[in-house]
Amino acid sequence: MQYVAEQALNALSIGAEYSLLALGLAIVFSVMGLVNFAHGEFLGVGGYIMYAMALFGAGDIWMILPVCLLTVVITAVLLERVAFRPVRRAPATTGLLTAFGVAIILQNVFLMGVSPRPKAVPAVAVLNTTVDIGSFTFTILQFLEAGVTAIAIVLLVVFMRRTKLGLAMRAAAHDFTTVRLMGVRANRVIATAFAISGFLAGLAAIFFIARRGAIDPFMGLLPVLKAFVACVLGGFGSLPGAVVGGLVLGILEVVLIILLPDFLAGLRDAAVFFIIGAILVGRPQGILGKKAELGDKTA
Amino acid sequence: MLEVDNVSVNYGAVRAVHSVSLSVDEGEIVTLLGPNGAGKTSMLSAIIGLVPVAEGTVTFEGQNINRLDTESRVARGITVTPEGRHVFANLTVEENLILGAAIRRDADGVARDLETYLDMFPILRERFKQSGGSLSGGEQQMLAVVRALMSGPKLLMLDEPSLGLAPQIVDQIFKLISGLRDHGLTLLVVEQNAQEALKFADRAYILSSGNLEFAGTAEELRTSADLMKAYIGEGVS
Repeated sequence: MQYVAEQALNALSIGAEYSLLALGLAIVFSVMGLVNFAHGEFLGVGGYIMYAMALFGAGDIWMILPVCLLTVVITAVLLERVAFRPVRRAPATTGLLTAFGVAIILQNVFLMGVSPRPKAVPAVAVLNTTVDIGSFTFTILQFLEAGVTAIAIVLLVVFMRRTKLGLAMRAAAHDFTTVRLMGVRANRVIATAFAISGFLAGLAAIFFIARRGAIDPFMGLLPVLKAFVACVLGGFGSLPGAVVGGLVLGILEVVLIILLPDFLAGLRDAAVFFIIGAILVGRPQGILGKKAELGDKTA
Repeated sequence: MLEVDNVSVNYGAVRAVHSVSLSVDEGEIVTLLGPNGAGKTSMLSAIIGLVPVAEGTVTFEGQNINRLDTESRVARGITVTPEGRHVFANLTVEENLILGAAIRRDADGVARDLETYLDMFPILRERFKQSGGSLSGGEQQMLAVVRALMSGPKLLMLDEPSLGLAPQIVDQIFKLISGLRDHGLTLLVVEQNAQEALKFADRAYILSSGNLEFAGTAEELRTSADLMKAYIGEGVS
């Protein structure tokens, strides 16, 4: 019982982390059709700014967290402005290649600017403090991750339903031209999508680095792939789908770690992707995606 | 109010509109007629700024707006309901209408206008919380027109408002359009259904293959069997 409860929270917190990243990917994709593979580098940006702050003696966690969030948001908006806006009208593959280019440039900035080797970031390690509730042992991080993600999703839902800009973003996912005919600036909608994706990635960065305790130049690679898989699993472009996909992926990973015997533990990812493959064979549109046939009108 | 002076529009290497001039005065209903592919929609797109003007000038309220982007033109009081309605299917009727008023800062005025239009079109009040995609074609057209009205435009352009609608719904839509004049609106209506459009329009232009073929009063066109035959087609006397 104790083991199940601990692992359930563990699965929830890992799933939440994937959900945060997947949501960021999905928001940008839904509005402008770009799969931003540089999204993982937002984790790096968050991590290296934490590292830099600790290095220069601004290591107080109440300083580090807001600065980390802000830096990632600004980076996301800046990248949209300098890298993605110029290729907005280009074919989708151009945007995709631009994203890879941005990712490589950022990785090399980390690599040459700091070090090719992992660096410890102990500043947020305090989140790993364990707490005992009765006979159960949890870390603060696990509660925070699940809780903060839930709050972020609720705030996002409110934003998308209650504000004009949120309505415009939902409308733009289906028909961008007509949104412009309402007088809503395309640049504003897209910049907002990037800001939100940056904010969610900033939150994920805090949790991700607290869990790992260290940063390295290529740390964003695997998470962005996982987030992409979560998006596909949930239904690409669907925001609820991204959340569900992230959670399912996190839960699958934890369950398989528990179920697989030690000598097969190395096959965890293979097993996870096998199951996801099987789900997609049955539901090619993803868990929450709408079934579409070639030639269907989407709007 | 709107002056289009010798405007040409290109799509890639193809010229869709050849040096067309037209004007719309305040309080007028002007209709732009012509067969499929005549360049009517291209003309509207050039006026709202979705496609660039290759030659000529578009002037609104005395100012050259050639270089303004679409959003700025909407902010100045021009709006268009696009061909095929383009209701936001994933948003509710309410959300469609709120988004229609996106450029307005007067919350009280928006709420007042919303009430006025919902009184005018009770069906929209009935469907207020339903998704735009669940509406019938005629209801969607009403929603698209009212959504455009919510921005408080000075000039409303309608692109094929009767397209794909049942005849009795077309009547309703045209009644709604002619009623808008009484609300102080100026209208530029693109139609293929010339007979119906000429019933409520003050003046008419006819485009064919991107060229202006006729400019005159609706009366003139309606009463001249020769003109109708020449430009609109047979069987309309």
